Order: sequence, then structure tokens, then C-alpha cells
Amino acid sequence: MFWDWNYAWEILPTLMRASVVTIQATLLGFLLAAILGLVLAIARMSRTVWISVPTAAAVEFIRSTPVLIQIFFIFFVFPEFGLVLPAMTAGVIALGLHYGAYCSEVYRAGLENVPKGQWEASIALNLNPFITYRDIIIPQAIPPVVPALGNYLVALFKETPLLSAIAVLELMQTAKILGSQSFRYVEPITLVGAFFLIMSLVAAALIRQVEAWLNRTLRIGAGR
Amino acid sequence: MQLRQLAVCAIVFFTAGLVVSSFAGFREFIPGLLEGAWVTVQITAGGAILAVAMALFAAMARMYGPAPLRWLAVAYIEVFRGTSALVQLFWLFFVLPHFGITLEPITVAVTALGLNIGAYGAEVVRGAVNAVPRGQWEATIALNMPRHLALRRIILPQAFLAMIPPWGNLFIELLKATALVSLITISDLTFRAQQMNQTTFRTVEIFTIVLIMYLAISILITVGMRTLERYASRGIARRG
Amino acid sequence: MTTPMIKFEDVTKRYGDLTVLDSLNLEVAPYEKVAIIGPSGSGKTTVLRMLMTLERIDGGVIYVDGEPLTHMRKNGSLVPADRRYLRRMRGNIGMVFQHFNLFPHMTSLKNCMEAPIHVLGLSKREAEERAAELLDMVGLADKMDHYPSQLSGGQRQRVAIARALAMRPKVMLFDEVTSALDPELVGEVLNVIRKLGEQHNLTMLMVTHQMGFAKEFADRVCFFYDGNIAEQGKPEVIFSDPKEERTRQFLSAVLEAS
Repeated sequence: MFWDWNYAWEILPTLMRASVVTIQATLLGFLLAAILGLVLAIARMSRTVWISVPTAAAVEFIRSTPVLIQIFFIFFVFPEFGLVLPAMTAGVIALGLHYGAYCSEVYRAGLENVPKGQWEASIALNLNPFITYRDIIIPQAIPPVVPALGNYLVALFKETPLLSAIAVLELMQTAKILGSQSFRYVEPITLVGAFFLIMSLVAAALIRQVEAWLNRTLRIGAGR
Repeated sequence: MQLRQLAVCAIVFFTAGLVVSSFAGFREFIPGLLEGAWVTVQITAGGAILAVAMALFAAMARMYGPAPLRWLAVAYIEVFRGTSALVQLFWLFFVLPHFGITLEPITVAVTALGLNIGAYGAEVVRGAVNAVPRGQWEATIALNMPRHLALRRIILPQAFLAMIPPWGNLFIELLKATALVSLITISDLTFRAQQMNQTTFRTVEIFTIVLIMYLAISILITVGMRTLERYASRGIARRG
Repeated sequence: MTTPMIKFEDVTKRYGDLTVLDSLNLEVAPYEKVAIIGPSGSGKTTVLRMLMTLERIDGGVIYVDGEPLTHMRKNGSLVPADRRYLRRMRGNIGMVFQHFNLFPHMTSLKNCMEAPIHVLGLSKREAEERAAELLDMVGLADKMDHYPSQLSGGQRQRVAIARALAMRPKVMLFDEVTSALDPELVGEVLNVIRKLGEQHNLTMLMVTHQMGFAKEFADRVCFFYDGNIAEQGKPEVIFSDPKEERTRQFLSAVLEAS
């Protein structure tokens, strides 16, 4: 028999509990990514070369190397400096860092799309750069890029199984443990796959809704 | 600009790597890590070939295939984009043997990653084909070309140029995803790093060197794709 | 009377709620040159696009050389044509577009050779001879190895005309072929069309804003308004003594602008 429904039912509650950990890691990781990304984007657009170039280099570096190594790095390296992080924390930091680099590119596109006249008007009104960013530029830059950020939220969500490599008890790790106990991998891994598929499809549909809604509202408010 | 950033990046981290790796056992690690890097490169190359083939096939099937083939293509694209690469890898590795199919780990790795990136690539192909101006299709109709001829001779060659940069990004995603194969017992670069870390505890040094090796490979991919793009766009403007 | 080369019979075209052509009837005789004028949105371009089968037909039948274009006869009634039939019928018609639609990755010569080789089955040598001859005819013998991006707008449009002619169509459609050109380049394209009219036996339909050219070149002018022909006749009549108020208004507005 290829598929055992009884066994699938039996392990479902355990997997559901583990999915809470997956979702926690996703949300915390993305919170970090969203904040870090904005900081990196603004730093990268700085006029000071000593800020913009190293930031750009760091973003490129993070984007060009595997998350898995970054997870290992943070998990194993911090203890050498006397800071022992729980696996979950290390994993969330690594995911947040990696996707923060991706988000910074999205923010940058949003910031660059704000018309130059908005900056000029702010200078004419004698607003300082901080106020200009906070009250004028960022509120205009973010709404158009929300769908793109949403796509990275889904991408981050799909990377959480990597946390199983440092033994965080999220979905994948739980499925592997269940599999090794019963020597039946078909049901646990397929169920995990189905969970990711359903969540991703739902998220993609939601993002499309948000995108359509944004298109309508942003067009109304386009008279700058 | 971006290339310069990469160069800066490379120099900074290479120097950093040299500094931290100037510890005694450094020389002993390099051959092992290079062997691992070679495995990583091979899996990346194999996965890339499979990904391009799958992407072209799935995109054409989705856009122009008969209904059953179209559904199959949509299902493939959605399933492989909607689930994690690691889940796909584990599924092929742990579940297929239950159905009596036992593959070499390296075959599993290339198949899983190639199929995964191929699904994203299919959308790249579709986007690039749809971005060819509608007038080009109309011209082929006015010249009475059948659709397969129009696609092969007129539309795809124009879409090709637009596909190169996104494919470059996908190949880098593929390279990064190859780190996952260390979790199914393949001794790639990541696996070697883990192994050495457990025996020597020179964590900072080992992982720094490994990160730089990944960066170097991804710079090679970027440079290669830039060259291809420059070569492909020579003498041809986007619009006529 | 001979069979008309083109015949629209109660042809209707809608985009959603908008009716672009409202049961249009139009006949064009072999070798006749018809200029179609009218305000934008009057459906004049749609006439050409339907002839080229770029738009689906919502009602009525179009006949080309006595045969239905988008329908085929089956057991005495007309059914929508299959792909093979459509491709056979399309062979009668060539089209030149407002925005040229040249293939940017091919030289002028290759642009003119592609379809003759792969659609008509000409050998490479035959196709090259034909393409070279036509490019020479449009005055671009020295630009054969240039890519479209290396040509001016007027030159691109002349390549597009040569490309369409290389398929040896019976009917040529010109869709606002000078509208995308800078004013100083309009003349060279019109000269080529003029030459075509004198030297080749072609039926021509052109949508144009060049009233002077229409007056001098066309055998007949059709004024389109609101999805149908409001007035038609010999150019000297339409331009000097139009019957309809709408035609008069349109012509005076156009003349004032130029």
C-alpha cells in the first residue's frame, strides 16, 4: 500500500502543532527582514560612498550565498563569542538577514520611483532629510511595493524547512522524526508538501487581491 | 555599477578570508573544500540544463499546448513553485524508494533542483514571450507563417534576450539551493564545511572560506550571463 | 461585372459593448485602389485588420476573390474556417503596419526572405533574388545588410513594404503607413506606393490621413463614420463636393490642421 490514511490521520495533529513553529519562524523572520530591508535600502541610497558601497556589497554578498550556510554560520559562530543562541533564534535571524537583503532591493525600487519633485518640494519647504523620508517619501514608496514584499514573505515561508538542519522542531524536522520512527516517509513528507502548497496558493491569491486593490486606490491618489 | 559592487565585494571578503584563514591547518582544508566545490558546480550545471529544458517545455505546453498538456504544465509549475525545494528534495529522496524507485543521491539532487528551478524558469519564459510586442505576432500572421514557425524564428529569438538576466538570477538561486543536497548525504561544499567544522571547531574560518567560494561561483555565473547578454544583443536593437 | 476582389457582406465587429463595424457592406474591384478616411474610432483600421484575419468576425461574411475568408463552405452552408483554410486564404493578402513590425533580429534582406522560404517554400537563392529585387525597387539596395535599428523610419517602412510584396499577394493593405513617420520621411514612402500602383497589378486598400495623396492616387475614397461608410465616391467628388455634412466637417477640420 502506497498511502496509509490511518497513519496520515494519526500524525496530522503532531504536524499541525509543528506548523505553528513554522508560521512563527516565518512571521518573526519576515518582521526582521521588513525592517532591516528598509534600513539597508536607505543606507544603500546614501550619498556617502563609505555607507552606500559597503551596504551594496553586503547586500550582494548575502544574496549570492546560500541561506543554509548563513544559518549554520549564525548558529555555530555566535557561541564562539560567548553568545549561545537557541536554534530557533539563530534560524530566524539568518532568514531575516537573507530576506532583508532581498527586501532592500524592493524598497529601493519603491524609493527610486517616488518622483524627484517630491524631494525638491520637501527641500523647498525646508524639511530635514529624516522628516522627508518619514512623512513624504516612505509613505509614497511602500504601498506600490507591498505585493513584491508579499512574494518574499512567501519565499521566506518556503525556506523555513531549512531550519530542520539545525534541529528546530518545525514541520520538516517533525516529519523527518515521524518518518524515522515509523519508517514511513510517504505520508509525513507528502503532508508537509501539501501544507506548503496550500499556504502558498492561498498567499498568492491574497497578494493578487492586494495588488488589484492597490492598483485601484493608488490610481485615485495619483494627482501629485 | 553592479559588477563593480561585486568586484569590491569579492576583494573585501577575499582579504577577510585570507586574514582569518591564516591559521595553521588552513592548507589542509583547502583540497577537501575544493573537492566539495567541484561537486557543487557539477550539481549546479546539471540542474541548470534540466531547468532550462523543463522551463521551455512547460512554458510552451502552458501557452500553446492542447488542454490536458496545458493542465499538466500548470500543475507542474504550481506544485514546484508552491512547495519548498527541501520538501521536494526529501520527497524524492525518502519517498521514491517506497515506490520501488531508488536513485543515486546525486541524481535525486539534480532532478529535484532542476525541476524546482525549471518551474520558476517556465514563468520567466512565459513572461519574456508575452513581452514581445504584439505587432511582431501580427506581422507573422500577415506573412502567413504558421504558429510554430513564428515562435521558433521570430518570437523566441526576441524573447531570448529578455530572458537572460532573469535566468542569471535563477542560476544563482540554483547554486544557493545546491547547499540543500548536503542534507541528503552528498558531499558538496556545504557538507564538507559541516564535516570539518565538527572535527576542528574552526567555525569562523571554515564558514568564511566556504561563503567566499559560493560568492566566487556566483560571480562567475553573473559574469558569464553578462557576457552572453552582450554577445546576444550585439547589433540588434530591441525594436524595429 | 467581374467578381469583386474583396466583398464585405453585413460585417459586424464588436469589442464588448462597443460596436466598431455595424453591418458594413463594401466591394472592391480587382486592381482598384481604395483610400479609407475618417475620424479616429470610426472603424477604418478595423476593416484592414479583419481582412488580415487579425480580428475575429462577429457577424457577416468577408469574401476575397469570390471565396469566403474566415468561413468555409461545408455541405452548402458556411462554417468557421479551420487553420489550414485560413492560411490558404491569407496567402492572397499582404499588410503594411503603422509601426512597421519589422523583425529586429534580422537584416532587411532576411526580413524579406524569412516567409518566402518557410511559408512559400522557395529555395534560399530564389528568396534572396526576390528580396534583393524588391529592396532595389523600394530604393534600399544599399541597406540590405542593415538591421531595422540602423534604418530611418521611412527606410523601415519601405523594407516592410518589400517584405509584404515578397509574398506576392493579390491585395495589399496599408494601415496608416506614414502616421508614425517624421514629416520629411513621408514622401519617400508615398513614392514607393505610387510606383507600386503604376507597375504592379495589385488591389490596394489604404487607411490614410494624407488627403493629398488619397486624392491623387485612389480610384475611390470611402469616408468612414461611426462604424460604417457615410459617403464614398471618386476622390475629386468627395474632396471638392461632398454631399454629407459630416464629410464636410471632417475634411475642413483636417485641412485646417495641415
